[in-house]
Formats: sequence, structure tokens, C-alpha cells
Amino acid sequence: MANKQISQMGLPKSIANVFAARNVFTAKDALSLTEFELMELLDVGLAQVTSAVAHISEIVCPPCQTALSLMELRVQNEHLAGHLPTHMKGLDEALCGGIPFGVLTELVGPAGIGKTQFCLKLSLLASLPASYGGLDGHVIYIDVESKFSSRRLIEIGVKSFPEIFHRKGMAQEMAGRIHVLRPASLSEFTEREFEHGAPRQNTLGWHVSFIKSLAEFSRIPVVVTNQVRSQSRDEICHYYFQVQSWNETIEDRTRHDSHLVAALGINWAHAVTIRLVLEAKSDQRFIKVAKSPISPPLAFPFNITSSGILLLSDDGIELTGPDINAIHCQGHNDIINFGGESLQC
Amino acid sequence: MEVGRLPISASQRGKLIAAGYTTLSSFSSLSPSHLARDLKISDNEAAEIMRVASHSHRLDGSAAGCGTVNGAQTAWDMLHEEEMFPRITTSCMDLDNILGGGINCKEVTEIGGVPGIGKTQLGIQLAINVQIPVDYGGLGGKAIYIDTEGSFMVERALQIAEACIEDMSECGGLLRKDFQACQLKMHPNNILENIFYFRVCSYTEQIALINYLDKFISEHKDVKIVIVDSVTFHFRQDFDDMALRTRLLSGMALKLMKLAKDFSLAVVLLNQVTNKYIDGSFQLTLALGDSWSHSCTNRVILYWNGNERYAYIDKSPSLRSASAPYSVTSKGIRNSASNCKRIKMM
Repeated sequence: MANKQISQMGLPKSIANVFAARNVFTAKDALSLTEFELMELLDVGLAQVTSAVAHISEIVCPPCQTALSLMELRVQNEHLAGHLPTHMKGLDEALCGGIPFGVLTELVGPAGIGKTQFCLKLSLLASLPASYGGLDGHVIYIDVESKFSSRRLIEIGVKSFPEIFHRKGMAQEMAGRIHVLRPASLSEFTEREFEHGAPRQNTLGWHVSFIKSLAEFSRIPVVVTNQVRSQSRDEICHYYFQVQSWNETIEDRTRHDSHLVAALGINWAHAVTIRLVLEAKSDQRFIKVAKSPISPPLAFPFNITSSGILLLSDDGIELTGPDINAIHCQGHNDIINFGGESLQC
Repeated sequence: MEVGRLPISASQRGKLIAAGYTTLSSFSSLSPSHLARDLKISDNEAAEIMRVASHSHRLDGSAAGCGTVNGAQTAWDMLHEEEMFPRITTSCMDLDNILGGGINCKEVTEIGGVPGIGKTQLGIQLAINVQIPVDYGGLGGKAIYIDTEGSFMVERALQIAEACIEDMSECGGLLRKDFQACQLKMHPNNILENIFYFRVCSYTEQIALINYLDKFISEHKDVKIVIVDSVTFHFRQDFDDMALRTRLLSGMALKLMKLAKDFSLAVVLLNQVTNKYIDGSFQLTLALGDSWSHSCTNRVILYWNGNERYAYIDKSPSLRSASAPYSVTSKGIRNSASNCKRIKMM
């Protein structure tokens, strides 16, 4: 919309020609200038500039919908009013049906917690026919860390939906709907023309907007996984009006080593709509709905089984406070100090 | 009045000055055809210039001789006007108290906080609370919700709408009002119908929409609140030219203030946070920079205090700095459940 040509907007011929003559071709160019700047540039009076800008704005501006029509459209056209059920009852209830369409859902957690398993299960669910609760569609799996395992995918499929997968050719068809992209290097992934030449302040910015617009227009669920990093001392951030006593800061230092945060910072945290945190605490893995406009802050204990992820309890534990965002990770005490019983799953 | 101050194009101004007309009075008594001959332009153009000139003169000159300043409003009149419009409640009593009753119409309020603190929740709650009928102490108006991030979830709006209607019927029962008519009208779908939703995908669309709102609101005069969620998103990605960003943002802020004033509605802008290095340590502060922080009339910061959500009035010409707890429940924004609820004055 922003790159719509002014020549195609139905402006009166005279003013449209003036815009073109001064190299103002797209709506973006025109709206990035104030009215006085346009007056100077185009050499026309204020009244003409105002009406031209109003006309351009009306054409470029997004269509208006009422919240009711939005809801009705989704209920009518989309699977479960726009949700992909994850087959984990507690989580689906918390998310009003499942992973929502049209927005970015993030899975964040320490290494080995189960993010890739979750993603494999979701890809399978999306490719299943509608009669089994799937979306009957294709999946694009962008595998940056080379963790995709087709063998594991088939195993999950066979164990969770034996009646489909034991039929001849079904496994091939289901797996055939999942397209795996493996970018060879980071530069291949982030290739983009640098129009201005100067290095960008925030290289992630364009990709975030793009992926969100893509999700929005195509009304498909977009799931991303994210890594964690340890929190440095400077990051216990407060506002200027929050008074911090000395004692607090001394105690906090011991938390830093075990305290993890999601990578990519606060800007990215704002950009995702739903954040699911996977963590391990006191010998149990939890999946927490850390950020969601539609769910209360619940934590569900889970295990990884041969058929994917299994929730141990469908009633989540409600966590109050900012702790829902904290990511805990256990060390390897249970393996290294091997005492026999602790290796039970 | 000087010719240089007329809102006409540069070339027309140039021709006027070249022909020797430097002030309005020098050509206001001429006929358009005479002017056209002098400046070597068409009759229509000359008539246009004279029309613009007399219009500007009218705005300027009539002040001489009267006691009032043209275009100004006395403070007393403004006080009366303010009292005419009820404020928009946030459904949380403590929060309403520190806001002086709720979100004020005719003003731009900025609300910012970390991700997950409840900004979108507050936005949706306000979009619904503005529709509370006048009989129940609300404004009975409609809402415009501008979504730049895609965080508006219809299911959540429905939940909050249902809870609001429940609360109203309880309240109505207590007041023993004759609310049969109101009850029939207030179905959650009616509430959803009165929220005008725009999804903006780039900063150009955001600017275009704010320009278009003038026309839209003149056609829908009962809109009483405009919520932008969030005003930051498109301005944080992908901006090379910071000076341009500041200019665009201040232009946008001015237009929003004008909207608020002209149509007597409330404008609520939701903002994100960023880390800033101040005085030797990193501090949280609202995004978009220092110039933007001047643009809004009121500023509220939502933050975590221990395990509770608090709101703090950071900047306001009429409210004192205070913080109050609130909570986000399945019904929307409500009072905090903790026992030691105290409004802390800073």
C-alpha cells in the first residue's frame, strides 16, 4: 500500500503531473513530507496540497472493519475461528482454540527442552486432513540449525495417529506436504538490497515487519523458535521512579548465572504476539504462556514422549507476577551424579 | 499583513513581490483583472489569490479594538466544557482515582510498558468502556482501534464485552433503574459492532490513516476514543533517517491533538519500552525518544512491582504523580486483589 503509485490514484491530472515532475512517485514519498514542504516542492497553494494529501491518504489508508465483522469472517471462513489446535488440551483451552492465525507465536527455551519437538508436532498437525483436526495444508519449515528429523516426524505421526499413518501412502503424502528449507549460511537468509548503503541500525527490523505482514495477509499461523542467553548484571532494568535499595542489588547477583532471558532483546519481545516459554524447574519441564493477549499466565508441566509432547496436567498452574517470563534451566546433576534412579523419564 | 505569510505557492508570491506588492493592503482594493494584468497571470488565478488574501485578513484583523483575543477561549469556558464530558473509566477503581476519574476526552494520553504488562488489555478495555451508556455514567460512544502490531484478538474483546455487560446489569439492579431497554440493546455483538478496527502495516499507512481520520470521524460523529496500539512499532523498524522520524512523529502528534480537540474525543497511544543508558546504568524508558515524550498531554507507565502490576502517572499537567495497582483478569482490567491496596503518592 505504501508503494502505491500516485499516478494511479485518480488525482486531478494537473496535480498528478506536478507530483511526477518533482520525483514524488509513491504514496510513501508524498506522505513523508509535511504540507509546507510539499507546498515548496510542488509550487502549489496550500489548499491544493491539503486536498491532494487528503485524497492520497484516503486511498492508501487500510480498510475499516468492525470488530464484529472481523469475528464473523473468521468464524465463517477459518478453521476453528482461526486457530490451529495443538492437541494439548490445556494449552488449546488457554489459547482459545490453539495457535492463532495471522500472528507471530514464539517458542523460547534453553537447549534441548523440546522446542523442535513441538515444531515437528505442529508441522504434522497442520498437514493432517481436516477430519483429524488438521489444516489439510502445506507447511514451510525453515530449519536454520539443521535440527529437522524426518524420521522423528514419522515416528510422532505413527504414534499419535496410527489409523492414518498405517494406511498405504499416507505417510508419504503427509510428509510430502512439509517443505523444509535449509539456508546454508546466515547471509543467504538475510540477503536484501541495501538501498542506502549505510549499515542498518536494526537489521532485524525489516524482517519482523515482513513476517508479521505475511502472517496477517495470508492468515496462517507463524511459529518461530528463539534461543536464550544469560542475563548480565546491567540488565536488571527499572524505571527512574522505581527506587532500588542496595540490599536488593547485592542479592540479585547470585541469580544472574542461572537466570536466562530470551535472545534478541526487548524490541523482539514487543514484536511477538504470543510467547510460549519452555523451561525446566525442579526436575520437571514446564510450558508457560508468558505473553498472550487472550490467555491468563498459566504454566503446564509436560514430558516428551514418542508421540510428541504430552501435558501432565490440563489445568495449568497460574503464575502471578513477572516470574512467568523467567526462564529456568537445570544443570546436568541428574545425569552426571548418576545414582541409578534419577535417569527415569 | 505581509505577502510572505500568505499560503500561496512560491511562484505566485514571487510574482507579487516582483510586481511591487509587498503587503495585503497594497492590492486588496484592486480588481482581479487588474491584478491579473499586472502579474501576467490568468483572471482565475488572480481571483484565487485575492480570495486567499481576504480570508487571511479576516482572521487577522478583526481583533483590533475588542477586549478578546481572536481564536482564544477563556479558561472559565474551558472549565465548563471539561465538566460536560465524563471521563472514560478503566474498570479499575484505583487506576481511575489516580487518573482523576478516568481517561480524559480532548487530551492525548500515552500509555507505555514492558511486553506482557497489559497495554493491549487496557486498550481493549477502554474501547469497550467508552460504549457504556450515558445512563450508567459512560459516554455511549464508539471506538476506533488502530492496530499496528496485530495484537488485537477478537476473542478477548468478546470476553471483556460480556464481562462489562454483566457488571452493568449488576450495577443497574442495585440502582433499580428501568433498564429493560438498555438490557435488550446491549448484547456483546452490539459492543463489537461499535469498535472500528484498522490494521496498519507500515508507517505510511499509519500517517495516511491519521490524515483520513478527520474525514472518517466527521462521518461517524459518535466516535469518542481513538486507540493506537502501538504507535511505536512501525517507527522502530527500518528507519535510517532519524530526523525524518522525529518530523513524522511530531506531525502525527499534532494531528492527533487536533482530532482530540476538534471532535472532543480521547486519544490513547500505546507505546513500547527501550533501554537507555542514563547516569551510569541502563534504565527503562518509553520508546521513540525525547522529542516524542513532549508530544503527549498525559503519560502513564505500566510496570511490575514485585508480583503486581502498577500504573504510574509520569507526566500530566493536572494530575499528580501517583501509582496504583491493577490486575488483568479474564474479565479485563480490574482492581488488584491484594489486601494492602494503597495509592502511593510520589
